[in-house]
Formats: sequence, C-alpha cells, structure tokens
Amino acid sequence: MPKVTVDGIEVEVPAGATVLQACEAAGKEIPRFCYHERLSIAGNCRMCLVEVSPGPPKPQASCALPAADNQVIRTDTQMVRHAREGVMEFLLINHPLDCPICDQGGECDLQDQSVAYGKGHSRYDENKRAVTEKYMGPIVKTVMTRCIHCTRCVRFAEEVAGVESIGAIYRGENMQITSYLEQAVNSELSGNVVDLCPVGALTSKPYAFEARPWELSKTPGIDVMDAVGTNIRIDVRGRQVMRVLPRINDDVNEEWAHDKTRHHIDGLMERRLDRPWVRRDGKLQSATWAEAFEAIRAVNAGSSVAAIAGDLVDCETMFAAKTLVNALGSTMLEGRQTGLSYDVSSLSAVNFNTTIARVEEADVILLIGTNLRWEASLINTRVRKAVWRRRAKVFAIGQEVDLTYRAEWLGNDAALIAKLPKTVTDAFAKAERPMVIVGGGALAVTGAQAAAQALVKTLNLVRDDWNGFNVVHMAAARMGSLMLGYAQSGGIADITAAAPKLAFFLGADEVDFANFDKSFKVFVGHHGDKGAHAADVILPAVAWPEKAGTYVNTEGRVQVAERAAFAPGDAREDWSIFRALADVLGVNVGFDSFDACRASMIAAVPALGREGEIADYGWSLPKGGTAKPSGPIPSPVKDFYLTNAIARASATMQRCSAELLHGETFEEAAE
Amino acid sequence: MALADKDRIFTNVYGYQDWGLKAAKARGDWDKTAELMKRGQDQIIEDIKASGLRGRGGAGFPTGLKWSFMPKAPTPERPSFLVINADESEPGSCKDREIIRHDPHKLIEGALIAGFAMRARAAYIYIRGEYIREAETLFAAVQQAYDAGLLGKNAAKSGYDFDVFVHRGAGAYICGEETAMIESLEGKKGQPRLKPPFPAGAGLYGCPTTVNNVESIAVVPTILRRGATWFSSFGRENNKGTKLFQISGHVEKPCVVEEEMSISFRELIEKHCGGVRGGWDNLLAVIPGGSSVPLVPASEIIDCPMDFDGLKAVGSGLGTAAIIVMDKSTDIVRAISRISYFYKHESCGQCTPCREGTGWMWRVMERLREGKADISEIDTLYQVTKQVEGHTICALGDAAAWPIQGLIRHFRPELERRITERKGEGGAMLEAAE
Amino acid sequence: MADVAFPDEAETRARWGNFAWTAENAAQATKIIARYPAGRQRSAIMPLLDLAQRQVGAETQTQGWLPVPVIEYVAAQLDMPFIRALEVATFYTMYNMAPVARYHVQVCGTTPCMLRGSDDVMAACKNKGLIKGKTTPDGLFTLTEVECMGNCSSAPMVQINDDNYEDLDYDRTVAILDALAAGETPKPGTQEPGRHTVEPLGGPTTLKEMVSGNHDYRGDW
Repeated sequence: MPKVTVDGIEVEVPAGATVLQACEAAGKEIPRFCYHERLSIAGNCRMCLVEVSPGPPKPQASCALPAADNQVIRTDTQMVRHAREGVMEFLLINHPLDCPICDQGGECDLQDQSVAYGKGHSRYDENKRAVTEKYMGPIVKTVMTRCIHCTRCVRFAEEVAGVESIGAIYRGENMQITSYLEQAVNSELSGNVVDLCPVGALTSKPYAFEARPWELSKTPGIDVMDAVGTNIRIDVRGRQVMRVLPRINDDVNEEWAHDKTRHHIDGLMERRLDRPWVRRDGKLQSATWAEAFEAIRAVNAGSSVAAIAGDLVDCETMFAAKTLVNALGSTMLEGRQTGLSYDVSSLSAVNFNTTIARVEEADVILLIGTNLRWEASLINTRVRKAVWRRRAKVFAIGQEVDLTYRAEWLGNDAALIAKLPKTVTDAFAKAERPMVIVGGGALAVTGAQAAAQALVKTLNLVRDDWNGFNVVHMAAARMGSLMLGYAQSGGIADITAAAPKLAFFLGADEVDFANFDKSFKVFVGHHGDKGAHAADVILPAVAWPEKAGTYVNTEGRVQVAERAAFAPGDAREDWSIFRALADVLGVNVGFDSFDACRASMIAAVPALGREGEIADYGWSLPKGGTAKPSGPIPSPVKDFYLTNAIARASATMQRCSAELLHGETFEEAAE
Repeated sequence: MALADKDRIFTNVYGYQDWGLKAAKARGDWDKTAELMKRGQDQIIEDIKASGLRGRGGAGFPTGLKWSFMPKAPTPERPSFLVINADESEPGSCKDREIIRHDPHKLIEGALIAGFAMRARAAYIYIRGEYIREAETLFAAVQQAYDAGLLGKNAAKSGYDFDVFVHRGAGAYICGEETAMIESLEGKKGQPRLKPPFPAGAGLYGCPTTVNNVESIAVVPTILRRGATWFSSFGRENNKGTKLFQISGHVEKPCVVEEEMSISFRELIEKHCGGVRGGWDNLLAVIPGGSSVPLVPASEIIDCPMDFDGLKAVGSGLGTAAIIVMDKSTDIVRAISRISYFYKHESCGQCTPCREGTGWMWRVMERLREGKADISEIDTLYQVTKQVEGHTICALGDAAAWPIQGLIRHFRPELERRITERKGEGGAMLEAAE
Repeated sequence: MADVAFPDEAETRARWGNFAWTAENAAQATKIIARYPAGRQRSAIMPLLDLAQRQVGAETQTQGWLPVPVIEYVAAQLDMPFIRALEVATFYTMYNMAPVARYHVQVCGTTPCMLRGSDDVMAACKNKGLIKGKTTPDGLFTLTEVECMGNCSSAPMVQINDDNYEDLDYDRTVAILDALAAGETPKPGTQEPGRHTVEPLGGPTTLKEMVSGNHDYRGDW
C-alpha cells in the first residue's frame, strides 16, 4: 500500500494503483482523454501530466505511472499548468470547433476541459486538417475531422467487444481512425464507442441531430432486452425516449450496453397500442375501455382463467395478474411462452449462480447450447475477459458461432453433455474455478437439463465460495416470473391442455396462439405484434420506460426501474388494468395503488423487496432422472436485433438486422 | 593526439577488402571468441563498464551498466533478448551502414558476446528497410557464421547456445526508438511504449530485453581482446574510446572516419575532410550529432572537443557523431525547416504534442523561411517547441523541438531580417490578400 | 506510404483476389516465420509484406505494391486481424499502397543531402519528366522524395529499386535515368570518379594499408 503526497495531501493507495488514481484519491481532478478505467492504458493524449518527484525533471503521464511509496505529486504547479495548456492547444489546432453542429456539444470532454484547462484563445494560423468520414455501420456516425486520436474506440473494439476491426492507419498527423476498409463494425456492442469517444468524432447515428443533452430529463432504469438487467439511464424529451445510455454497475453491465438496449427505442414510437380493441365479427375494432371490459366479463370464465407472461414485463405486472387469476380461483400461470418445461423445483438450479461479475474469475468454462454473444452479450464480454486476462479455456457444445474469443467446439449433439470428451474432463479436473453455462437452447432438449445438472458433481463445479453452475436466460421477466410462480410443471402445454376459457397475455408475443383457439384471448400489452394480432380483446398497457417496475436478472439480482415517460393515448399502467378488471369480474385483489401492489408483492415474495441484492434461492439440485439427451441443440435466438415486439418495430433494429446479419447494403443519405 | 591505425577497430570501414568470414578472420575477428566468453558473464560486463563505453546510438548510456540490468537467471518460458538497433535513420548518420556492409562479422561476434554476457537466448538485428543491399550482406554474413558453427548450438564452441536473426524494417525513423523497435519487431506499428516498464523488465514479447546500437555491440570483441584500459586510454574522462564520426555537408571531403573521442572539431575536419568549404571563415554553423541536436554556431564549435560533455557544454550533443557542416552559403532557415519536415513526416502520430506540434512547427518554419510571418511568431514558435519538448512519450518530440530552439537561439536576427525585408517589399499586403 | 487513396477495391479484388505465394516465396515465407518464437508469428508481418510486394512487382514488371487482398492473404497466414495488417502496411513508407513504376526513384531530400545539392537531383528528375508522387506515362519511373537514407557522407543520393546512387549532381542523375531508360544497369554506389565508398575523396586519410591488401593490424598491438 504505497503512501504518496498529492499537493500536500497524504494518501494511501492500493498496490498497483497509478499516480492518476492516487490523485483522484486525494480529491484532485486530473483531466484526461485517452485514459479509461475499463480499457488498457495508452498514455497518448498527454493531458494527465503531473509533476512527480523523484523522477525526471519533466511532467509525467499520471495515467501510466505506478504510484510508489513516498512519491511527491504536484498537480497545481506552473509546469503542470503549462503542460495542460500546451496539450489542450495542440488538440484544438486541428479540431474543427464546430460545436454548434456537433451532437457531442454540451457533453463533450474536449469542450469541458478546454474551458477548465485551456488557454482561451488560439495562436494557430495554418489551415486545419480535414479527414474524410469513415463508415462504421448503422449505429455509429463519424465526423473524423473531430477525432483527437485517443484510440479509446480502437482499444474497446479489441479488448472488450472482441472484434478487431477498428484501427488507426497511416501515421503522424495523417493518422486516421477507421474501421477496416470503412466497413460496418460488426459488433453488437458498437454503440459503446459513442460513449467512449471523448469528442464528437463518433456519435450516435440514430440520435443524430435529435436533441441536446440539456433538453433531456434523465431517469434511471433497467434494460429489458435480455436477462442481464443492464443498468440504464433513460433520456426523455416530452413523451419520447430520445436515447438510452448505460449506467455504471460493476456487478452487472460495468458501463456497457449493447446496441439493442441502446437503439430499440425508436420502436417505442411505432405500432403502439393506444386504445382498446375488441374483436367483432372476426375483426379487431377500436373500442372504449368499458366495452373491452364488458367483452371480457361476458366470457363468464369463472375460474377457468390463465395468465401468460411475456419476456419484457416487470414483476409488479405479473404480480397484479397473478393476484387476479388467483382471486378468480386459478393458478394457471406460465412465463415460458415458447413451450419450455424445464424443472424449476429448485430456482438455484436454473439461476446464474457464479454471478455475472465473477465470471471473470473462471479458468475453465463449458458452454452448453448457448450463443452467449446474442443471449447475454454482457456476460459474453465477461467470459472474454476471463479468456484474455486469465487465459481461461472455453469449451462449447452447440451450434458453432463466433463468440469473439477462442472456444473449442465439441459438436452440436446434446449427447455430449452426458459424455464429455476426455480433454474437457481433464481440463476441469485441473480447474480452480470451473464453470458451466447452460443456455436456453439446451433447456429445450429433453434430458439436457438433468444431464447438465449431473455435471455439478462430475466436474466438481460447486466448492467453497464458488458455484460454477449457471443457467443463462434471455427474458428480462424470467427469474421474476419463476419467483412469482409463473411455471407449470409441464410448461405452457399444461395450460393449453386445460383449455382455459379466458387467457391473459401480458405482452406475450412468442406464444403459439393456435393452441389457445378455445380460449378468449386478452392481450395486455403495448405493441401491435403477434399477440395483439391473435387477441380477442386488446387492453393497451404501457411499455417498459413508461412504468416503474421490479426486474430480476438471470443471476437473481433484484433491480428497480423508475418511470421515465408517458404512454400514448388511452394506454394504462398494467397493474391498474388488472385492478380494474378485478372490479369488472367481481373479485378483490387487495391493492388500489401501484405502491400497494408492490407492497403486497414484497409481502408475498420478500426477496423482491431487496433492491440490488441477489435473491437467495439456497443451493439444491432437483432429483434428475436418468438423463440421456441426444440430438442437435436448437438456437433460440434467430436474429439478435429482432427478439421482441419493440425491437421488431424499430427501424434501427431492422436496419441492423438487414445490414449486419443479412449483408444488405444501405446508401447513406448525403448530408 | 592522433589515433593510430592499429588502434582503429573498424579496419575495413571503407570496404576495400572483402566483408566475408575468411577475410574478417584474417583481420582478427572471431579470434578465440570462446576464450573471451570464458571470462564469464559478470566479468565481461565489468570489463565493458571499466572500458567506459557509452552507447553509440545517441543517448550515451553506459553500455555495461545497461547490460547489468538484465536478469541473472532467465527462464526458458521468459528468455532474455538482445535487440541490435541497426535502424540508422537519423539525418546525418551513416556509420552503422559501413559496419554492416563492410565489417559485419564484428557486429555478429559482438552480438554473441554481448548476448552471452546479458544471458540472452537470441539477438534480433533490426536493420532499416532502406538498407537493402546492406541487409543482403548481413543475412549472408549471419549465414556464414552459422555455417562455421559460430552461431547456433554451442556457438563458436563456447558451450553457449545463441541465435542471431535479422529483421528488416520498412521505413519508419521512429523504429530507432527502442520500444518502437520492439513493437515493430512484434509485428505492429512502430509506436513507442510507455515507460515504465523498461525493456530490461518487459521488452520483446514481454521478456527482458536490451536494445543496443550496432556500433556499441560491434566494438565489444575488440575491447575485450585489447582490454578495458586500452579503450579507456582514448578520449577525456567520461567520454572514452574511439568513435566513428560521419561528416556531411559543406566540407571539402565528406567521409566516415574512426577517431579518438574528444578530438577537436577543427582537427577532425582538417585532418580528414580537407577543411571547411571556402575556409574556416566561411563556416556558419554545425549540427554536431545528427538532426536531433541543436546547431552550434561556428565560433563555438571550432575548438570544441567532439564528445558527450564537450558538445553538451555548447548547448548541443554528440548524438551519433553525425556532423552536418554548414557554410555561409547555407539557407540556415531552410536547413532547419527541412529537418522540421523530417520530424513531421516521421512522427508516429501516437501522442498529441508530437502529432500536432511537428506539423505546426514545420508550417511556421516554412513561413519563416520566406519571411511570411509576424515577428511575434518567432516567440510563439519557440513556445510551441517548449510545449512539445518533454511532454511526449518518446524523445522524438524533443528531437523535433531542439533544432528549432537552436535556430532561434543563434539565428534570431536572420529570422527577423527575412520578415522585415518581406514586409518592406509589401509582403504584408500579399499576406492580407490571401 | 501515407496519403494515397486506396485504388478501387472491386477492381483490386478482381485482379488480386486469387493472390498466392509462388512455390519459392512460400518456402521463403516459412523460413521467415521460423525466425520468430512459436506463437509470435505476427512478427513476420513486415518481411512477409515485403515479400508479397516483391512478388506483386515481379508479376507486374514493377516495383510492386500491396493490394488489399494481398495484405489479407498475408494477414490470414499469420492469423492476424486484417486491420492490424493494414495498420502496418500504411504505417511504414516502404509499402506501396498504390502501384508504382518499373523504377521507383527515391530522392533523398533531407538536410544533409539538401546541403550537397539534392535540389539539382530533383531538378534533373523534373527535367526528365518525373513528377513527385507520380508515375511517368510510359510506366518507367515513379518519383518519390524520401527522408534521410543514411548515405550522408556520400550525399546527395537516390535509391532506385534496390540500389543506391551516391555523390550525385545534375548530370550524373540524368546519366543514371538515361541509362535505366535505355535498359542498362548503371554502376551503383558513389558516382564520384576515384571514390571507393565513404572515404575522403582522393583516398583515405587512415587505414591506407587496407586499400591494397587485407592488412592485419594485430601485429602492431
């Protein structure tokens, strides 16, 4: 633990800390452009120079210099001021200073730091450099003349995203950041370089010229595009969600978000259900809330009622529907829309037990039936880190895909789970932190779950302070739905077999509705997609940014989102719809407000009240029968960009899909 | 004081004789190399320390001391490497070329002994790409050494296994910087690394590495053969040995010549170069150590001892002992501006002050050359050089700044004259019209 | 070589998409890769790009260049991301990113050469119809001004293909260009009559015994 002095303040920093971190520990702001906590150190911008003794009689780059005992660091001397002014001036001489037409304006490191550390005037009389734009794909817009060559984007692409397709070509003042041959950066994480870019060289293409940062109201939320539970900030102007940015949560998403999280939001303005609809004479017709309720009451379903939860819904919505269904005398609840029926008698056996953050510690990893890059991109980045930093060995059973790191593909046959090759078992025998990740595709194969659970013992996955058995889910609603009892032992098939007279679909679009031909189908949701199409009555509910809600991610972490925007037209918050239905159907759900709804949910499932914590499911495995799975493991995600109704409504996601997954080319409009 | 031919190390520097192994052996190379190595690693390092040899690549760091930083017990998983810097690209420098094409076996033998002393498993000789024929000779010489059992397993029957590989650059001055050279050797752009860690801790492939100049390595066998005191009998204290001087520019007979360190500028030029073109009164200024060091005006250089300390005392440096002589016909502003262009061209682009500053400085220099500037811009330019100097990852920033600083320090009246004269001719009007 | 726009990609791919080593170069490539430790094959990118450029040159009767598919071919052999190979190819000046002529005339213009008359060398090139950065219409010469080539004591100089021509002046430069155009091979090295290499003109001031024989000075030690 080196002790250093920063401007007279003595601080003790952890071993391995840099001088920059020591300065921060002493409360001194150190300007920087290239340095980023989550990327390797480049030391190229030279903005963080400080005076350090002992050392050479010139300022040192604090980001790259290890803090050492008895160092005396000065951040406030003439030498430091002179160095910062100089670097600032150099950065600005070839910068276009086109802030009024730059989307970075108002949240630009270069702007902010030039005010704080710059000279305030320019002495540069020569012509400025101009650099041609570089195409980087549908998400990232480039204005490369603004680039200050910090190489954060290059390092992110290589180190985090794992797609080495951004680089700096040429040299000296002609150095240019570019994607390879100006092709689209084919990464689901490309949008992060927009956040990383300290200037306006890389900005968001879908967000271009849409808003200024000071016009936006900012609300913390939780992403529902997958089951990782990425912490996000929702930036809203008026009724519209203008953009979504990640919030820092080292346990979950660090500070990344994938492109679907960021850019599905234009889908929130399309295909919205903004009034009730009732099917009359085979056709859905616009109706009032009263007419829609009356149509539901007229079914006279009694207790023959079921609720199917979709992938994006929050716990409160599911709890409200569950309470109604229970009050009507039914327990027919299910969240696994597509027909999965894996054993959920122990939630810990279907949880991501290692926790997302500790994936980085793993040294031998077996992936079973998962395209982790698409099913949980930000868990995939953690595996990549384990591979990069700890040289973890990765084996995989399933359809071969590019996971951005080297994996040994064993084949796509579920039988392998019960009969692992010796190379795998040998590697696991030597592992200190062994880990198995079971994907949704594997859970669909009969016997695969039990075979995977058997690996806990044979591969010795659970030890002191380490649980290496993991199931990765794809639905933001999944773990919450399981905690709330949305699971029949035979899955959704149990419900279709019972043929309920009345079935509620909570934003459930992936159901095979043909199996519900005997049921009166009520779709409670926000987008006109498959569910609405099949419905007899549509009750317009609100989409995720328009409601507060509790979500449980794939590791069992309970997280709470706030409401950021308002829904269009006559849409109502989900909980209030079920509260109103209770009156219509003559039962009592016991809450009259959202807060009361949440309170009774927490009373019923206390873990849902512990925000930020991982729910304690205990640790036990169900008694698996003989498990002899076989056959190919299907891939549950066919198209990363179009996995749900909102994404399918998003023009940006459609374009990403067409361009990045199907190879279509798009002409860029000349600006 | 005059260096005798018998005390010259590079006897075939002009290439009158064959560079091949047989001829080299006849001149004394590879003579009982194994016996030299029998002294043991630590003794060799001590001998080199005692000889006073300082790095011949420009920085002048004591060579023996540098070797002593290498680990005493490298492991097979993390072997040590010697990298020999033959990326001779400093304007004015042309000595390593002569060693490589005319006396390559001195270098290869030196590589074995130095590599052994620092316990390296192999040496990579990084030769600049433009030395095409020179590289052909070097490849062939290394092959000769392998064929004769002087390299490889049990090299020169010393019991030590050692390989020498030649790696050609492809046109980048910056690769002469030791960490840029390592990056380049690893197959990347030649962008200098941040230090620490220093190469002796983590260099090539993350392994302990020492980077030495060609001349520093090539003199090692002779120093060991003749003894440290022999080498240290030449030159002033702290500036020992013999040195290859390279004289270019406005002398009657430019040449490369091995001389004693600390020889005076006057003696060097008189003896080997036939004097300054047009006589001593016609001397304007000298860049004494390659383009990176500040120029020295005639009056200060003439009797200056050509060594590290002597040139430091006149505000410059010995560098690679590449002496660029300029007589009074020289457009001194253009001469320095061309050097500024060189640094702009060779900046790797990695760090801000150098990437942006070298271009800025060159553009102002070009205007100053024609007087198309304001007098106040001289001070601005000086400040810009100060904003580059000491603020970059490697020394290229300093190297770009110093020649301009030297120009302003010694030739400010000339810069002002051009501006004033141009103004008098209506230059200001012209400028306004642009 | 910086600042040159890449030639049209579709055309380049059509012409060079099937690039592969000749048998001789394939063997040479294997030999080059073996110079570096196992797993460090990326170190070979520079020599392999040079080899590839030379092969392209041989196939086109020029000094060669590096079409994108050729860079990709080399990168693939070294298991290296294409962008990293492209970075290397564009960083170093000796890789030609666009075609050059049969003779690549590289005139050093840095200060030591400038002081000894590189302007005259340039003027000679210009008067022979060579334009900086361009190839002559007959495809014979490409002229480039390069930075210090390390021939300062025999300046000014020009490197044409693999050979240096030193101690130049206007007339000597013209003579060399004429000779090349006529298909002759001028004598490389210094063009100064009576000079051998970098000794002082008129004969060495040191080591005179070496001129006539391989003198061994050890006897005098």
